[in-house]
Amino acid sequence: MRLLTHNMLSSNVKGVVNGFPLRLEASTWVEKEVDFNADFLRSVFPKIDWPALFGASQTVGYVALPESADASMLESEDFLKKFHHALLEIHVEEGALVCPETGRRFPINKGIPNMLLNEDEV
Amino acid sequence: MPRPELQAPPEIFYNDVEARKYTTSSRIVEIQARISERALELLNLPNDGVPRLLLDIGCGSGLSGETMSEHGHHWIGYDISPSMLNVALDREVDGDLLLADIGQGLGLRPGVIDGAISISAVQWLCYADKSSHEPRMRLKAFFGSLYRCLARGARAVLQLYAENMDQSAMILTSAMRAGFGGGVVVDYPHSSKAKKAYIVLTCGPPSTQSWLPKGKGEDDEMCTDSDEDSDDEDQTVGMYDRSRPRKKMKVNKKGKGREWVLKKKDQMRKKGNVVPPDTKYTARKRKTRF
Repeated sequence: MRLLTHNMLSSNVKGVVNGFPLRLEASTWVEKEVDFNADFLRSVFPKIDWPALFGASQTVGYVALPESADASMLESEDFLKKFHHALLEIHVEEGALVCPETGRRFPINKGIPNMLLNEDEV
Repeated sequence: MPRPELQAPPEIFYNDVEARKYTTSSRIVEIQARISERALELLNLPNDGVPRLLLDIGCGSGLSGETMSEHGHHWIGYDISPSMLNVALDREVDGDLLLADIGQGLGLRPGVIDGAISISAVQWLCYADKSSHEPRMRLKAFFGSLYRCLARGARAVLQLYAENMDQSAMILTSAMRAGFGGGVVVDYPHSSKAKKAYIVLTCGPPSTQSWLPKGKGEDDEMCTDSDEDSDDEDQTVGMYDRSRPRKKMKVNKKGKGREWVLKKKDQMRKKGNVVPPDTKYTARKRKTRF
């Protein structure tokens, strides 16, 4: 699971008011090279929740991202490269996503988060 | 052999054996690839070469996801079958996979997705596998969450094999209730083998975005049952609009008139039955207490 996906996912458990962001726990992750595309980065930037991305990148040990970001930084090639790396090239293999309100854990195995809810959580 | 949906829930039907069969059959792979291409086409994404963030609902072993990757897009795939997802992992697909039940809602932030496709998956929602599953609730959760996560102007294209008209109606109604506009595009409607229905759903106000393309192969020249030929002539398919009243066939409940009676008598005569001659009294209105 890449940090791009983590940035979009929210807890679906019944009764949760704000299930975003899910806290990321990562025990294993890998880095895979992905084609760099500045256009995509610029178009996806407004949709990204930066604090969540920043927090997640810290969890996987990638500390190059600035704590806050705004659209003007998209001009900088250097920033784009870091953004690209954090968003698309880090794959969490084993770990969990944790609901911020209920603490419910969604385990991640082989890079696939298990988001299946139990009967009583729907 | 009954349809898969009638045999078992998807997470059980698509076990390791079935998943392997599905993905190694070259015929299935080819068909799914073509359906995925068409679904992507119907998404009507801007032709500017910018990769988009898409959803593959019921991504299975990643066949349709690969089509999206080939076009340069990033995607998140949802599937309920661990076996199918394992095959996707083996094939090293580029998209992110989620083990999830779409009938529980997609669990995505509002307005973040640029488009969604689904190949042969949504009909599974219509079958109640567990006592707590109410198909309508599941469809509602699915379409509601889909509508919310799509960006303004984004589309969702769902290709599916509904078991019957009631099922199609249930799915379409649920989509409309969630706020979607759009319609159905049917390719090759005259060929029972090649016929494919795509539900194209649009978000946001009607505009040039909500124009639907024509279904393929409605011209009689392509009536052969041979599989798709991309040189087909297209024909118009109407827009399905929730506010436009459906044309219903007028059923005449006032009984059968004189014309009908005369016609019937004539038929009987032709058959060789003995029928009284037609006079001015034939099918005359009688007093109710006749």
